[in-house]
Amino acid sequence: MIRILLAGQGGQGVLSAGRFLAESGLHEGKEVSYLPAYGPEMRGGTANCSVIISQEEIASPLCNVPDVLIAMNAPSFHKFAPRVKSGGIIIVNGSISDSYAGRDDVKVYDVPMNDLAMEAGDIRSANMIALGVLVAATSAVQEKSIVNCLHEKFVGKPHVCEVNEAAFRAGMSQAAKG
Amino acid sequence: MSKILLHGTEAICEGAIRNGCRAFFGYPITPQNEVPEYMSVKMPQIGGVFVQAESEVAAINMVYGAAGAGVRAMTSSSSPGVSLKQEGISYIACARIPCVVVNIMRAGPGLGGILPAQGDYFQATKGGGHGDYHLIVLAPCSVQEACDLTYRAFDLSDKYRVPAMILADGMIGQLMEPVELPPMRNLSEIPEKEWATSGHYGKDRRILNSLIIKPEELEPHVNELQKTYDAIYAAERRFEEYRTEDAEIVLTAYGTVARIVKSAVNELRRQGIKAGCIRPITLYPFPDDAYAKCASRACTKAFLSVELSLGQMIEDVRLAVNGKAPVYFYGRTGGNVPDESEIIAAAKDALHKAEAAR
Amino acid sequence: MKVFEKTKMLTDAHLHYCPGCTHGIVHRLVAESIEELGLQEKCIGIAPVGCAVFAYDYFNCDMQEAAHGRAPAVATGIKRCLPDRTVFVYQGDGDLASIGMAETVHAAARGENITIIFINNSIYGMTGGQMAPTTLIGQKATTCQNGRDPAVNGYPIRVCELLSTLDAPYYIERVSTHDVKHVLAAKKAIKKALKFQSEGRGYTFIEVLVSCPTNWHMRPTEALRFMGEECTKTFPLGVYRDKSEGKA
Repeated sequence: MIRILLAGQGGQGVLSAGRFLAESGLHEGKEVSYLPAYGPEMRGGTANCSVIISQEEIASPLCNVPDVLIAMNAPSFHKFAPRVKSGGIIIVNGSISDSYAGRDDVKVYDVPMNDLAMEAGDIRSANMIALGVLVAATSAVQEKSIVNCLHEKFVGKPHVCEVNEAAFRAGMSQAAKG
Repeated sequence: MSKILLHGTEAICEGAIRNGCRAFFGYPITPQNEVPEYMSVKMPQIGGVFVQAESEVAAINMVYGAAGAGVRAMTSSSSPGVSLKQEGISYIACARIPCVVVNIMRAGPGLGGILPAQGDYFQATKGGGHGDYHLIVLAPCSVQEACDLTYRAFDLSDKYRVPAMILADGMIGQLMEPVELPPMRNLSEIPEKEWATSGHYGKDRRILNSLIIKPEELEPHVNELQKTYDAIYAAERRFEEYRTEDAEIVLTAYGTVARIVKSAVNELRRQGIKAGCIRPITLYPFPDDAYAKCASRACTKAFLSVELSLGQMIEDVRLAVNGKAPVYFYGRTGGNVPDESEIIAAAKDALHKAEAAR
Repeated sequence: MKVFEKTKMLTDAHLHYCPGCTHGIVHRLVAESIEELGLQEKCIGIAPVGCAVFAYDYFNCDMQEAAHGRAPAVATGIKRCLPDRTVFVYQGDGDLASIGMAETVHAAARGENITIIFINNSIYGMTGGQMAPTTLIGQKATTCQNGRDPAVNGYPIRVCELLSTLDAPYYIERVSTHDVKHVLAAKKAIKKALKFQSEGRGYTFIEVLVSCPTNWHMRPTEALRFMGEECTKTFPLGVYRDKSEGKA
């Protein structure tokens, strides 16, 4: 079982990245749950969602102690970094955040998501950079599952699909660099 | 059939639609707005009726009219809105009009907050409105169950002519999980309602009414309702039990909280503490036999009710346990949800107190 | 030779209305209109809370009894599900213009294809003569025993005028029952409203002024005179909306 917390600012594609992840897990025949945080904080503030992917039945859908944190901006990095499970992973958007978690029991991937996304063709694909890093670093789901989901979601928008797939692969290569 | 990823609110709608719901009346309130939004799109597509009412009060009375005319009808709201519906629900219960009311509970009292809570247990299970009546109350813990129990609620409500309520917390509404949808039921399979006021067309005219002004007529009517509740109690109690056979501490919770409790039970077992849990699926009728069975076992030292309230279901648990073991409580409120570690600590504490008291 | 026959749309139940009250007349007008239009079998009526609460015992068709003020919402639920049926609502002034004003206005604003018969007798009759939203200035009631004082109790609400500000209603008329001529005019209006509904034209609303000798503390004849001379001053009779004649 892997518990992933995705957090960032509204508009960064945090919730849609979470749904891609959950859909991909479902396609692989795994148990999944996706729980978006809702409330006034969704307006302009931070957006976050918890995704759990498991071989067995998922009991608690909560993600108070995530195995992996994807932090798309500095406030969510600082808010959630202390909660990550010891031995867990933090993937932080180095383009707009520092990466000092103040703890050495987690592995931090400092990834310039915005810059890589712009290289891939659209800053809005930063969320796919994050998923690329996640998949390469954890095998939470398979590469092809995410790609299939992208193709399904952006059917009829080949250019958007291309950019997002490029961003996803860029994220995967970035993870290999450590 | 393959599973699809759905929100809890969508699953509730699909469960309703697939079991013949063809009229929906709602009013906006967070966190259930996705229900009327979904229904406003779906109902016209399947030849059903959707009306955004001017208030929750109007919405429940539109249900009264539509369901009274023989159509499977539903309304949904969240706690403050469900309080407004209580007048209508009481009339519906007295007039014996089957329908489904969904409550995606938020934190109260008052306007409260918009985050998940379970503070409406008393309101849902003990009557809610005025007079002697009950609803059939079903509490889903997953998105799949949100669909399945809403589907079932229509059949139960029709069968007994008692309104049914889906009592879910805000988490169920937002959660997305894989769901296997039941097939769309053919409307012709749903038994005709011999009491519906849909134009008499030459037959004896029918009346739906909750005014029974003569005491010699009202008492038998209310007694008849009670007989129906007794029949529902006898036949419809449902619960899920997990590792209670040898449990020293039996935790209990309903809705999504029950899933956090289940995680806590697994962790307690890993730590060598014999824990188990009971999850009521029907809150009315309350599955008291499940608790009584555990209470009669020598191994059971204590019960712990975990709720998103300050202690409501615990009263039914205590009645069911009937003094045979201590029943402790752990609850969070205000929209806060306890995590596993809090529940584990509360369970250990309860066990400790029970052992000390022996 | 047959001189008169009771309409089949009324049951044989004994009406409970007080002597001199014109509710019974309005029941007959509604029932005759439905029968004459041949709508009896497909008709569903909604009884209110108030003096007409037992209307379900009198109208010889399928009936639902609604909670206080909620009849237009109940009617909406029925009519939307069964659009080919005739749905009529019978409500008094407390029910319609006080506790149920939201349901009244919104059913009208949505243009529900239903007919509302609004009984205005300026008083809460069933509960014993309390002030209604339509109680006249200076008129006495048990909760304004020196007469309605605008400074304390505000002013009466003119519902036909209020609903006429909305776009959707098809036909709105205020009629009275204080003499034979007006009773006949009332019948014409009620029948017209039901006919419009059966033709699917939209929301129809007939306000009928009715006397309440018991709670007005008048003899029946006095009450009829009061209606004709006083009530009609505050509540002028007439057609407020008739889209069939381009009156908007």
